Amino acid sequence: MTNHWIDIGNSDVILIMGSNAAENHPISFRWVNRARENGAKLISVDPRFTRTSSKADIYAPLRSGTDIAFLGGMINYILGGIDGTEHIQTEYVKEYTNASFLLNTNFSFDDGVFSGLTGITYDQGAWAFQTDEAGEILKSVDGDGKWSLDDPNCVYQFLKTHYSRYTLEMVSGVTGTPQEKLLEVYQAYVNNCHQPDKAGTIMYAMGWTQHTVGAQNIRTMSIIQLLLGNIGVAGGGVNALRGESNVQGSTDHCLLFHILPGYLKTPQDIWTDLATYNESARPLTTGESRSLNWWKKTPLYMASFLKSMYGTAANPDNDFRYDWLPKIDAGVNYAWQPLFDAMYNGTVKGMFAWGQNPACSSGNANKVRQALAKLDWLVAVNIFPTETAEFWRGPGMEPASINTEVFQLPAAASVEKEGSITNSGRWAQWRYKAVDPPVNPDDENQKAKPDSEIMNELFLAVKALYEADGAATFPDPILGLKWDYFDGPDIPSVMLAKEINGYNLDEVGNPTGLVEKFTLLAEDGTTSSGNWLYCQSYNEDGNNMARRIASDPATDPIGLNSEWAWCWPINRRIIYNRASVDVLGNPWNESRRVIAWTGEGWEGDVPDGGAVPLKDADGNYREGTYLPFIMRQHGVGQIFGPMKDGPVPEHYEPLESPFAVNPMGHSQRLNPAVYVPPADEMNAVASPGGTEYPIVCSSYRLTEHWQTGVMTRWAPWLSELQPEMFVEMSEQLAAEKGIANGDRVLVKSARETDGVQAVAIVTKRFKPFIIQGQTVHQVGVPWCFGWVAPAMDSTRVTSGNLLTPNVGDPNTRIPESKAFMVDVVKEV
Amino acid sequence: MLLTRREFLKTSAVTAGVAITGMGFALHPVEAHAVELRKNLEEATRTTTICPYCAVGCGFVVDSAEDASGKMVVINIEGDSEHPINQGTACSKGSSLYQLANNENRLTTVRYRAAGAAEWQELSWEEAIPMIAQRIKDTRDATFKTVNAAGRTVNRTLGIGSLGSAALDNEECWLYQKFLRALGLVYIEHQARN
Repeated sequence: MTNHWIDIGNSDVILIMGSNAAENHPISFRWVNRARENGAKLISVDPRFTRTSSKADIYAPLRSGTDIAFLGGMINYILGGIDGTEHIQTEYVKEYTNASFLLNTNFSFDDGVFSGLTGITYDQGAWAFQTDEAGEILKSVDGDGKWSLDDPNCVYQFLKTHYSRYTLEMVSGVTGTPQEKLLEVYQAYVNNCHQPDKAGTIMYAMGWTQHTVGAQNIRTMSIIQLLLGNIGVAGGGVNALRGESNVQGSTDHCLLFHILPGYLKTPQDIWTDLATYNESARPLTTGESRSLNWWKKTPLYMASFLKSMYGTAANPDNDFRYDWLPKIDAGVNYAWQPLFDAMYNGTVKGMFAWGQNPACSSGNANKVRQALAKLDWLVAVNIFPTETAEFWRGPGMEPASINTEVFQLPAAASVEKEGSITNSGRWAQWRYKAVDPPVNPDDENQKAKPDSEIMNELFLAVKALYEADGAATFPDPILGLKWDYFDGPDIPSVMLAKEINGYNLDEVGNPTGLVEKFTLLAEDGTTSSGNWLYCQSYNEDGNNMARRIASDPATDPIGLNSEWAWCWPINRRIIYNRASVDVLGNPWNESRRVIAWTGEGWEGDVPDGGAVPLKDADGNYREGTYLPFIMRQHGVGQIFGPMKDGPVPEHYEPLESPFAVNPMGHSQRLNPAVYVPPADEMNAVASPGGTEYPIVCSSYRLTEHWQTGVMTRWAPWLSELQPEMFVEMSEQLAAEKGIANGDRVLVKSARETDGVQAVAIVTKRFKPFIIQGQTVHQVGVPWCFGWVAPAMDSTRVTSGNLLTPNVGDPNTRIPESKAFMVDVVKEV
Repeated sequence: MLLTRREFLKTSAVTAGVAITGMGFALHPVEAHAVELRKNLEEATRTTTICPYCAVGCGFVVDSAEDASGKMVVINIEGDSEHPINQGTACSKGSSLYQLANNENRLTTVRYRAAGAAEWQELSWEEAIPMIAQRIKDTRDATFKTVNAAGRTVNRTLGIGSLGSAALDNEECWLYQKFLRALGLVYIEHQARN
């Protein structure tokens, strides 16, 4: 989230799309309701009428996988293409976005494809801006030299042309949403938040990310929020509702192949030393002299990270042991889907499944289960038995033919250890230990252990093996790793929190104190910091994540709560907040001020960067200050921005959909940058517009179950409330299929041809769409069920992800589990 | 003595015949339970925590007390009224946190499934850790590459992968990535992707 949960209460209009917050983030609705009590409008756009929809002022249905078309129409409305009136926040768009930047005249969008495509790969250089001889980006300017939106080659004019195709008629013909409902949503959202003192917000979740156009779904909304001046302000922003208690923190600490802690790029083979890394892993030039380009500080953060990894073994003379870090091959992807392909083909032989249940959580879970059977060994760490640890005796598996050794290690639950987790609003909050992890009542030597303790025992055992083997393969990073947490004065979680924050170091590398904040990190080895973004979380002031001072609404009317816990970066509660003020530093809305310029400094939230306003009190542009979007290369919000699949979003059909051609009328049906693996027995895909699997399906969660249900299916109260797998369908589809409410049915897809067993819920919450003259049915399945809990029963084929494909977005590789094709038949 | 939910339901069933209220269920056990809980809470040790489910980050208060054997056990978990986000409220998952801490199905035993086996066998921690460490070393050594096909330094293994975890604390995430990257893993993924 650019903003945070409490801040939703500051909105004038809330769009919930790609999310069912009322059921999946129930307490978020406390703040949605607060906004509504203050007069805000709530809009719910969803294929299914959910509990979120039931609270909304406006509900609009859409076919799964057509969000870009829906929102593309909203962009067209904002730009005046529908009612003839522009509805943008003009000053914000001109001063704080790249709308005025000039595109090269050879840039094109032709028949569904942007210029620069070869195979499935775009050359993003084909989308470069025009520059002068000094490399400065050329802009559309008015007679006074101010940025304007008039030049026919500027981004703004391109945007107008691009989205002029997204008429109400065209959009309705893609999404299935009635035209009058589209207009009602566009007016309700835009007309309530394009004014400088109004704010609209978006709450989205996996309903947007789990698509072949997932990242572009979010880009579309980001463009809308920039055009309306909604980013950086209270009650605005682009807000991803994270679904796991610490998926924000685990992403910040980069348990991902492509990034190191603090979103530093993972070293590639072609970056052969630290100097090359520092030259290559950050933008060196900006093309905009007023851009601060914060990522230029990468070398400071990388050196401090390496000092935290390798301690005194890392120093400037040896590149801080940069060569010890594993490198990826440039241009090769190592994400979830290629990982399981590599497991399936035998490259990956050993596997940790640490607090995760891929046998149920992964797209195309049947392939995942077969891949697990090809491992030599699997280490599964969890607090309950999982379908992953038990995969070898799951549905259709023959244990005798599976040679994978499996170790199942019992872990501690959250109240049995101490540490911090980071919520969706970037608040890192400390949790205390209440009790010891459980002990086996029949054997006191058998007990669950905190994860950090398990990691420590494993690492020390591995290290001992390498110490004993003089001929071992490249033992240096293991033997040289800084690992000294379990014999220190503090409990390990405190030692680790301090290491993440970072230390000031003396000339021999001994810590002299905790670094106050990341602006004080150094490139020369005199500081360490495991994760620069968390520098300040635990400094000499103490454990800032443990702070418990809730703010007084009288002095903090927008609810920043700056002394409750701690949030990254640098306790800034709303990021991009320098866009919450005009060029003089005055808040767009004084009653909801995030920051304000006093003439001498900033008041309010921690300002983004902290530079003085763009203009002085006389209205003249100042020298030496910089634009508000400090993390962006050009210093401005990117209406036009390079993604792997295009600089602005375009509607493409999902991998599987009811249409063999793109209803937008061009010949590019699927996102042209999507990697589709070769079809084999485990990668089947339904043919577009085919009759075998004619029903659109989406997956979702339930209030009572969390993710695959590993924790909640074992909780009797919750399993009583939601006992088993179901499929929701419309009354019309049920009638066509001869299915009654409560019938046992099979849901089949190209990847689960025998079918997932489910109870039919026949409901008015789904209604058939009429699209392109044909009736399109949609159904929905939860992905919270499996065969291990609440009782082991390998005859139950009940996991929703057995149906989904594992083909996904080219930017993120998140699979398309929110739009795929199925059939539903009555079980006989 | 505190009633567990299951015992509570049993009690309800037994007494339902004699104490049905106008709402159709027995209130007496509920009242008894509440009185008992209140008495226990007054003597309990109180700690704060954050919900382990979704990422709203709601605050909860955990009350623990010694059981008959002198072991500290969680006796109640409820919304933290001082927490600025949830202000004491909880959803159905949050309301059930007590059953995460007190659950007979929690794993407490290290289990090992041998190649081709149809059942688990128990291992001690002291047996399991060296066995796993040996497999890590064997697979790493057999698959480790100091250079790739292009002849460039990569110092990595593609033979081991890791999935997880958004269920870990930040400190554990840091420690875990440190462990994995020291081994040379690049196949590192977690819930952010799936």
